[in-house]
Amino acid sequence: MIPSKPRLSSTATVSPAVSGATRRRSAGWVKQYGGILTGLLVLVALFWRLSPNFMVVGNLLNIVLQVSITAILAFGMTYVLLLGEIDLSVGATVALVGTAAALGLQHGIWLWIVIPLALLSGLALGAINGMLSSLLGIPSFIVTLATMGIFRGLAYIVSGGIPITVDNEHFVALGNGSLLSAPVPIWILLALLLANQFVLSKTVFGRKVYLAGGNREAALYSGVNVPGLKIIIFMLSGLMAGISGVLMTARLYSAQPNAGMGYELDAIAAAALGGTSLSGGYGTVTGTLVGALIIGVINNGMNLLSVPYFYQLIVKGLVILTAVCIDVQSKKYRS
Amino acid sequence: MDMSFGPVEALKDVSLAVRAGRVHTLLGENGAGKSTLMKILAGVYAPTRGRIFLHSAETAFSGPEDARRKGIAIVYQELSLANNLTVAENIYANHQPHRFGVVNRQQLMSDTRQLLKDLDIPIEGEALVSSLSMAQRQLVEIAKALSHPSQIVIMDEPTSSLSHSEVHVLFGVVERLKAQGKAVIYISHRMDEIMRISDEISVMRDGRLLRTLQKQDTTIDELIALMVGREMRDIYPRRRASPSREGTPLLEVRHLSSPGQFQGVDFSVHRGEVLGIFGLIGAGRSEVMKALFGLRRATGEIVIDGRPVQLRSPADAIAHEMAYVTENRKEEGLVLQHSVTRNINMVYFHHGGARFGLVDAAAETRMTQDALQRMHIKIVSPQQAVGDLSGGNQQKIVFSKWMGLKPRIFILDEPTRGIDEIYSAVRELAAAGTAVILVSSDLPEVLSMSDRLLVMREQRIVKELDTIGLSQEEVMSYATGALSA
Repeated sequence: MIPSKPRLSSTATVSPAVSGATRRRSAGWVKQYGGILTGLLVLVALFWRLSPNFMVVGNLLNIVLQVSITAILAFGMTYVLLLGEIDLSVGATVALVGTAAALGLQHGIWLWIVIPLALLSGLALGAINGMLSSLLGIPSFIVTLATMGIFRGLAYIVSGGIPITVDNEHFVALGNGSLLSAPVPIWILLALLLANQFVLSKTVFGRKVYLAGGNREAALYSGVNVPGLKIIIFMLSGLMAGISGVLMTARLYSAQPNAGMGYELDAIAAAALGGTSLSGGYGTVTGTLVGALIIGVINNGMNLLSVPYFYQLIVKGLVILTAVCIDVQSKKYRS
Repeated sequence: MDMSFGPVEALKDVSLAVRAGRVHTLLGENGAGKSTLMKILAGVYAPTRGRIFLHSAETAFSGPEDARRKGIAIVYQELSLANNLTVAENIYANHQPHRFGVVNRQQLMSDTRQLLKDLDIPIEGEALVSSLSMAQRQLVEIAKALSHPSQIVIMDEPTSSLSHSEVHVLFGVVERLKAQGKAVIYISHRMDEIMRISDEISVMRDGRLLRTLQKQDTTIDELIALMVGREMRDIYPRRRASPSREGTPLLEVRHLSSPGQFQGVDFSVHRGEVLGIFGLIGAGRSEVMKALFGLRRATGEIVIDGRPVQLRSPADAIAHEMAYVTENRKEEGLVLQHSVTRNINMVYFHHGGARFGLVDAAAETRMTQDALQRMHIKIVSPQQAVGDLSGGNQQKIVFSKWMGLKPRIFILDEPTRGIDEIYSAVRELAAAGTAVILVSSDLPEVLSMSDRLLVMREQRIVKELDTIGLSQEEVMSYATGALSA
């Protein structure tokens, strides 16, 4: 009949008395990102104090640059998680698309054909995941666990197991060039952030994703083609992985068949840190970016402090646990 | 005792005394505070102020488990069963007979059989809950609550999903509990039931307990007057003259069949008509509606406006301006963790409400405000999660989400459960030319709301009746097979 007691902590801030639309929106914004942003700022402040080299423009840009590939993957992962699915094959997709693009360039195919083809193949790999899961009714965890191995194997086969170097200067500029004194990947990251945020928050397609992730049955009864939606979601995840693959190859001047190993887990961690619900229906790409930045700041800060790598792994794990724990507690009464 | 939830004051100064061996009914409109009061007694909420006495000794409940240990059993309005487990496993969910942690299956089964036999509930302990009808699940829920030794049994609208014959089974259970010297607190707003089984009746309104009456000292009219706080009135909006049934029907269904679910279903609905479909649980009513809405495969013909149509998915049905309010609002109608706004606009933007695939925030706000005002939905904020709202308010939102599409054919499957705003909205829709199909197992509701009534029994439509001057007894005779067409 009535909201249960604990929930009021969240609803009391938006009582009708403060019903100005802007105030409500900002309250919602604080509720959504407040915790995670505070976490990021605390980490930044901590490393600023501990290392003189941390709070330097060059280093900060470097963090964003290092984060950009995982963050773009994580954007795709956010769609997948929003629908209550999972995509374990994105890391392998990065490698496969990257090697394919490098091979194309090596064979002298024109850059402006290679890049669209690379992105299309990302879409196609995603479509395979989506269709296997949607049309055959196999859980996406299993489908993408299988395709993770298949895509990785293909990457090793087409590359012959060795790195393929790229010398097309326009192509490598995508990973290493600058625009308005910031590295190109950062601009790409920003553009994709805006595009994905727009799609999820302003379009009917975005609404369908939240609806189908929040309650699949209700979405079906509302006339949403949920199986079709799932295929599109996996295609988007494949596309994001394809973009990451191109960027990574460009940045390293070569494609490595073992590139992106384990990135799927970083992408999931970034999305989860950013407040995306793993059971679907809740989360944003902006949150995901903040999540990715947190991971980047921890990596960078600990490197500056020369923390041994083995310890870094433990610290990273603990930070993820703590952050998600806080997030879950604060949103406990939402669902 | 008082209870408040921040800005919403749910209970004010409520005093209630319940005696052993008696049935005490709580009566009140949706949102009157009945369920909140019960949740306090079940230890789910702690009262902000006030005391609870059990056998004249003051007591307090630290939580639902504590209340259960002290002998309070509650049967919730919403089902809480695990669908993939058997009836027995559900009934003894957290106290299965075991030896060193290993479940003693034999004893579990014999305990379950005994319990179901004692309560006279005709369900097998081995059956999977997912194979049961909503009504049977409700009975399992009751058995589950009674599997603990208890002195006070609370039933929160237990009959809302039961058909007539199942209500009989339930009342048998209630009589048995009374005879065992247990106190029963019964929440309902079905007058005929209340007058049948109550000893005392307490009427609640706006979080207050107005009066407690002895059944023999009161009348239905007095109770209704107390409940609504206004003069006695008809709960259903007045009917107009029956609409014209000349010309081509808006919707025609010919020989619709689906093996094992329904056979040879034929009917038609005209513009502005409210067609009632009555049948006991399991008669196949909801299955027909699902087929109409493209959710189930069926053979036969569906004709809209004289043209045969193929409805392969809900999207097809919506494209033909159909809307469908389902029976299970939580599972099929709402996204509980999403906001009121999102839920009200759930279908509007997917089907014509958007331009260039974009969501129009202003239109969204307008839609929400319209729905909130029109249906008198009580909320704290449009950003509030729908899961926090009462069942009645949730039901209004499920109904509202279709209104923006201005459907020509509106299917309502057990939609109202006594919600006035929905009754009036159905009338308005019909007056504006919408064809309404109202599926209900509530006889007074379906009789007062429909222009024409179809009775379903055992997967077939057995009778078509004009509702003017029709008696409940006659409809029930067809539904139970006592009378045949």
